[in-house]
Amino acid sequence: MELPLDYATLKVLWWGLVGVLLIGYALTDGYDLGVASLLPFVAKTDKERRLVINSIGPMWEGHQVWLITGGGALFAAWPYVYAISFSGFYLAMFVVLAALILRPVGFKYRSKRESATWRTSWDWALFVGGFVPALIFGVALGNVLQGVPFNIDSTLRATYSGGLLGLLNPFALLCGLASVAMLVVHGASWLVVKIEHGPVMNRAARFGQIAALLVIAFYALAGVWLAMAGMGYRIVTEMDPQGVANPLRKEVVVEAGAWLSNYGKYPWMILAPLLGFVGSAMAFVGLKNKTPLSLIGSGLAATGIVASVGTSMFPFILPSSINPNASLTVWDSSSSHLTLFIMLIVTVIFVPLILAYTAWVYKVLWGRLTTEEANSASTY
Amino acid sequence: MPDLIVADLSRWQFALTAMYHFLFVPLTLGLSMLLVVMEGAYVMTGKEVWRRTTKFWGTLFGINFVLGVATGITMEFQFGMNWSYYSHYVGDIFGAPLAIEGLMAFFLEATLVGLMFFGWDKLSRPAHWLVTFLVALGSNLSALWILIANGWMQNPVGSEFNPDTMRMEVTNFMEVLFNPVAQAKFVHTVSAGYVTASVFVLGISSWYVLKNRHLGLAKRSMAVAASFGLLSALSVVVLGDESGYALTDNQKMKLAALEAMWETEPAPAGLTVIGIPNQKEHRTDYAIHVPYVLGLIATRSLDGEVEGILPLVAVAEDRIENGIRAYKAVEALNENPNDVQAREVFEQTKTDLGYAMLLKRYVDDPATADRATIEKAAMDTVPNVAMSFFSFRFMAGIGFLFIAMFAVAFYFISLKRNVPRWFLQLAFFAIPLPWIAAELGWILAETGRQPWVIDGVLPTFMGVSSLSATQVIMTMVGFTLLYGTLAVIEISLMIRAVKLGPGARILPKGIGGGGTDTHNEAVPARPRTIQFDK
Repeated sequence: MELPLDYATLKVLWWGLVGVLLIGYALTDGYDLGVASLLPFVAKTDKERRLVINSIGPMWEGHQVWLITGGGALFAAWPYVYAISFSGFYLAMFVVLAALILRPVGFKYRSKRESATWRTSWDWALFVGGFVPALIFGVALGNVLQGVPFNIDSTLRATYSGGLLGLLNPFALLCGLASVAMLVVHGASWLVVKIEHGPVMNRAARFGQIAALLVIAFYALAGVWLAMAGMGYRIVTEMDPQGVANPLRKEVVVEAGAWLSNYGKYPWMILAPLLGFVGSAMAFVGLKNKTPLSLIGSGLAATGIVASVGTSMFPFILPSSINPNASLTVWDSSSSHLTLFIMLIVTVIFVPLILAYTAWVYKVLWGRLTTEEANSASTY
Repeated sequence: MPDLIVADLSRWQFALTAMYHFLFVPLTLGLSMLLVVMEGAYVMTGKEVWRRTTKFWGTLFGINFVLGVATGITMEFQFGMNWSYYSHYVGDIFGAPLAIEGLMAFFLEATLVGLMFFGWDKLSRPAHWLVTFLVALGSNLSALWILIANGWMQNPVGSEFNPDTMRMEVTNFMEVLFNPVAQAKFVHTVSAGYVTASVFVLGISSWYVLKNRHLGLAKRSMAVAASFGLLSALSVVVLGDESGYALTDNQKMKLAALEAMWETEPAPAGLTVIGIPNQKEHRTDYAIHVPYVLGLIATRSLDGEVEGILPLVAVAEDRIENGIRAYKAVEALNENPNDVQAREVFEQTKTDLGYAMLLKRYVDDPATADRATIEKAAMDTVPNVAMSFFSFRFMAGIGFLFIAMFAVAFYFISLKRNVPRWFLQLAFFAIPLPWIAAELGWILAETGRQPWVIDGVLPTFMGVSSLSATQVIMTMVGFTLLYGTLAVIEISLMIRAVKLGPGARILPKGIGGGGTDTHNEAVPARPRTIQFDK
């Protein structure tokens, strides 16, 4: 069967679509993670805590699906990437899972009992459920940028030779902190838009402003580090973008500064890091004045920062630090032509529908949440 | 070669997390549908008691739903974490239904479930009912896609091995979609979910009636559960997922194993009702045999043959030998993709490639396997017969019991409108049974498929990640502690919510009074039967 889109185009589209799902996750569940990370610090009394929790209560469940679908889409469109990254980051993945399991349970069960100990314990569980994934997602991206220690044999079985502690290197930790700061800004911005004016919002705005400055600092530092420490990989053999998905048929070298070379080749890509900085600055101003500009800014910043990881590395997706030739790239680690095409059709049909009903839910729940409403019986 | 200990540990972890996840799934599937029915009654009649009934079961639905979602994330990620080679080998086909499940179903239910709980005062009655309906639709569609993925593991249609990418690739997506095994599994599993919810609602309502509490709610709930449960219980048994068991050698093996049928019998084959399968000696001890029945059930005909375990092992031996040729051809193609002769051999033998991999348990290079090793590997295609045999019998027994129970329930509640106390007690104590049956069903489906992770394509031990045993033990301990704690909390919250009853306020008293129908319908103490309104 002749498909209407060629293989190379579909690979690039799917590279973009997984990016869209990850950005979708950062934009939606990102603020839930940020709000949960802020919970113990911006809300002191039980009433305040319920205000903060209920500002994200009805929506987080749908938001989380961006991550789950992102995992599914990675499995369907980039099976090598899914297989190698999830098994390689094994224990880190477990920690993320444990944190993400605590979160829904925390939301649902926290206010089912009056006991203060019970509630405080769940508040800390919610904090862990927000802070830990935010940190680990950043750490993971920091490691991907440096290259990950895996090899692939001739049957395409992958072996991974790093541990949990190897992930916690200085550059990756910097990326982790940048990620936490970014999501805290986003969470604080959501609180500024969603909850009533009062002490909770004031605290959130103050924490958010500090975090916005940290985002700018960490993000700039990571960029400089990327250039100075000479991270980057480059394909040296001729590659056929239409070629079969076998990652062992190319040669790759480690090359200092290669991660920044795309911005010379495709100047439009500079938009991504630019958004990262401008968005953070907008969020800072918005948080200072407590206007919706904060949320627009933090959303743009999250979009730009996540996108910039992808644009810096293109066409690499998961470079191997111990056998660079086995690195996974856009051209040689996707699913088959037919699967990419079928999944594109499904995505084109369902993503607009998802956006439509999500928008409807937002519309129904529109308006500032008051402490009184948040503490009524029909909430968490 | 993959580490066999890591493979075993990873299997245990998968079984543990999947069976735990499936404690919550069936109730979500069924209760969401019952909520649609109950809220439908509210929208049509406008009676407050239906609203209270919907909200009460909705509370229990919420406690259950949240753990289903939370443990579902583990399932989505675990393939990549523990089954990395599997994910590479079949991701081209298997990944698609999982991704579609997210896009089509999970997004829908998870996005709208918030409105279902928080939207009562924000939405019109029909709009809220629509939300409840969409949550139920999302849950059930979710099951459809997961079972399409699982059905493909049992009957891998519409795909073939590509030696250039060393993996299975999709050739016909429609075949994957309309896989008869997947269809049968979907109907069977979803019906089992409906039965679970009906038993749950019937059992808890019976307890209320016995305690003389919340009678308006309880009696109405029982009426809904009795008719819904009767239809579902019939559907589970009649549309059992045995219909796909004639399709492939491995499905035939599963059928032969669950019936402990060692040799092929002349058609129509007899059924061993009970006995003790003896896997070493290849016979079933103390067997009670009924002639003809199995042939009739399994082939739906008088002359269809049901193949026995040992003849199927002989088939497997041939396929292993053929598979070795395919394996060598793939190695040659790996060296030189343009080797015409190897390509030709590969085309002739590719469907048996997976069988050569069974040898990798014993030798690194299947080409070097001797006769004895091939025989040993062929014998590996027999799953644990006793486990299949007994899990099937207990599952099916519970299934038939439910048909009887709901028929009686329907008679008492809907026709006679008078229910004896003994039946209410029985209904209450039946609550755990559907979960036992559902878990046994999965044990049968998944251990009966062994030694394959993808039937005839990839042996289970080949699919595992390159992890260390320590790593898997660490996560297994972690999951056990986390899941164990959550199970205790969940069950205690469930019991608490049931004891508090509808309209209960855990929080400061607020809008809309609660508990108005508590003890409001005075009935003489401990009558032998309880009257339902005509």
